[in-house]
Amino acid sequence: MNEAPAVANNPELEAPSRRSFVGALFAIGGAAVSLILAIPLVRFSTFPLRKVAAEDDWSDVGPVTDLASITAPTAKTISIEHRDAWQTTTNETAVYVLPPKDGQFRILSPVCPHLGCSVRWENEQNKFICPCHSGSFTPDGERIAGPPPRSMDSLDAKVVDGVLKVRYRYFRQLVATKEEMA
Amino acid sequence: MPTNPNTTAPEPNHPTAAARLTSWFDTRTGVNEILHESLDEPVPGGAKWAYVFGSGLLYLFISQVITGVFLALYYVPSADHAHTVVSYIVKEVTSGSFLRSIHAYGSSGIIILLVLHIGQTILYGSYKGRRELLWLSGCILLALMLGMAFTGYLLPWDEKAYFASAVGTNLIAEVPIIGPSLQRLVRGGDQMGTLTISRFYVLHVFMLPAMLIGFIAAHVFFFRKAGAAGPIKEDPIAPKLPAVPFYPKQVLMDAVFSISIIIILAAIATFIPMDLGPAANPADTHFLPRPEWYYRPAFQALKYLSGRTSILGILLPAILAVIFASLPFLDRSLERRPWRRPIVVGSFFAFLLVYVSLGFASYHDDYGDLGLAAQMRKQDQDAELFMKQPFIPEAAAGTATAALASADPKILKGRALFEANSCSSCHGEHGEGTPAAGALTGVSQKYTDAQLIALLRAPNAQMTNGGMTPVDLKDDDLAALADYLRQLH
Repeated sequence: MNEAPAVANNPELEAPSRRSFVGALFAIGGAAVSLILAIPLVRFSTFPLRKVAAEDDWSDVGPVTDLASITAPTAKTISIEHRDAWQTTTNETAVYVLPPKDGQFRILSPVCPHLGCSVRWENEQNKFICPCHSGSFTPDGERIAGPPPRSMDSLDAKVVDGVLKVRYRYFRQLVATKEEMA
Repeated sequence: MPTNPNTTAPEPNHPTAAARLTSWFDTRTGVNEILHESLDEPVPGGAKWAYVFGSGLLYLFISQVITGVFLALYYVPSADHAHTVVSYIVKEVTSGSFLRSIHAYGSSGIIILLVLHIGQTILYGSYKGRRELLWLSGCILLALMLGMAFTGYLLPWDEKAYFASAVGTNLIAEVPIIGPSLQRLVRGGDQMGTLTISRFYVLHVFMLPAMLIGFIAAHVFFFRKAGAAGPIKEDPIAPKLPAVPFYPKQVLMDAVFSISIIIILAAIATFIPMDLGPAANPADTHFLPRPEWYYRPAFQALKYLSGRTSILGILLPAILAVIFASLPFLDRSLERRPWRRPIVVGSFFAFLLVYVSLGFASYHDDYGDLGLAAQMRKQDQDAELFMKQPFIPEAAAGTATAALASADPKILKGRALFEANSCSSCHGEHGEGTPAAGALTGVSQKYTDAQLIALLRAPNAQMTNGGMTPVDLKDDDLAALADYLRQLH
């Protein structure tokens, strides 16, 4: 009680002095409790911001055993799942799986790099032909003729637990180099 | 305390920046007067732990408002999403289970504090002496809080929520004359469904809280007008005991009590999180509907009433409520010592005893009967199992190809053309758009059939620049394609 002399000289000071001390105690205690309670509230409300990075964007193409023996490009339908909070939207799209070379799977996007039509595999002619403007590609997807400015676009592929997976992407059309679109 | 500014001599000619700010603020708001008014309220006979329940209730109510507002960030009041989003909150969102548990257990906490607050008021006779409006506003607050508990219970739309609310709203039909219409109004139809959720949601989130805030303000106002009643020996109208200001001692007690409540709630929420059962399945005929523990005694009382006496299930609580609300009008004497008021105090505790016994009887009936006990345990296990499963997101509407199976053949033909002509490679499988081309959903709002067909035949400059080619199809194929596009959503 080092303020004792002041209190003795001026008794009216006592109440405000003690009050401001208790007030400070409340302020500190209240702030501490509010802070502790605010942490879960902040974490709760910022959850979507921290969640985004974890999204898995690999789609299943099929079991490796079924695809290991193909001799020509084979169209496979994949589901692309997009997660929006508690909902998922599933889009289906096709990709071409090429016969494995040196044990490596290669997957092509069916989207024509010219104007985006779906390129078809023509087995009798042994080439890919785009139905819109007759662009054609080798069985490896290399450009042969027609308006397409580049070869067909390859997609990232990997094998996980015996299942071939692909990361589906869109690429800019009408340009000579493969440029991914956001 | 050496740094306490009041211990050094004040220098009135050179006020500190903080003092000037305080003064600036006070001259514009009168905040010092408000603080003085709210903190220096005289408490006859001084601070007591018996007076903490009202502040505790206010504190818990604020906690419910805050957690409720945050939960609303993720909640969707619709029968097809409610359970999924609550499951998302509990299983995916950080701190979601904790906040939901605080909110759910908070309702139980409010009920317990209400009983303590009312018990203290009755025991101390502090409803006496020109405090009728204070009491009545409190009765309305009690009813509103019970309404909050009832409406909030349905919102997770799990099995127990669904069936408990189905039983609860069935009771409404027992009200004489207007019962069946009232029940339809509350449910938004004959059956429990998505409209029931939206009605309960609007009541729980907008209407009841708005009324609660209004009546809390009135309750506090009436309390301040009448003044604190003080201990049982005090005259409730003209207090004689020396009064001690509310601040700091009573404020400290109130704060310690309120903080203890929140710590207890947080501990329970952490160690025994509130569970969520499987989604409501109205077709499940085995489910035993049971209300929350505080409604259990009322639920049990209804078991003893059947046929002609079943009307008592509605009438008896109504009569009790009217007697309860008119207490300060019936008990006019200023005598406050409980032992001198055996009828009021005795009736209240007799009621509590009966209510608690009915609650115990309800649990005893459930767990005493082997068949019921097994079913109750199964329900608990189902909820436990559901809690352990990972969150499963819901497929968004419109992506389900099942919807197309029942579609018009013309639309199916349109869809086939959409795919065969590679439209989907740019516009997406369901016309939802991709980075390569815009969405086609909602074209029906922008174009008429004729305009749409014309655009497909001869795309405009913007479309051509984006890579769109003219669609070369027969007229009826083009019409089918247009039909398909127009129903995309």
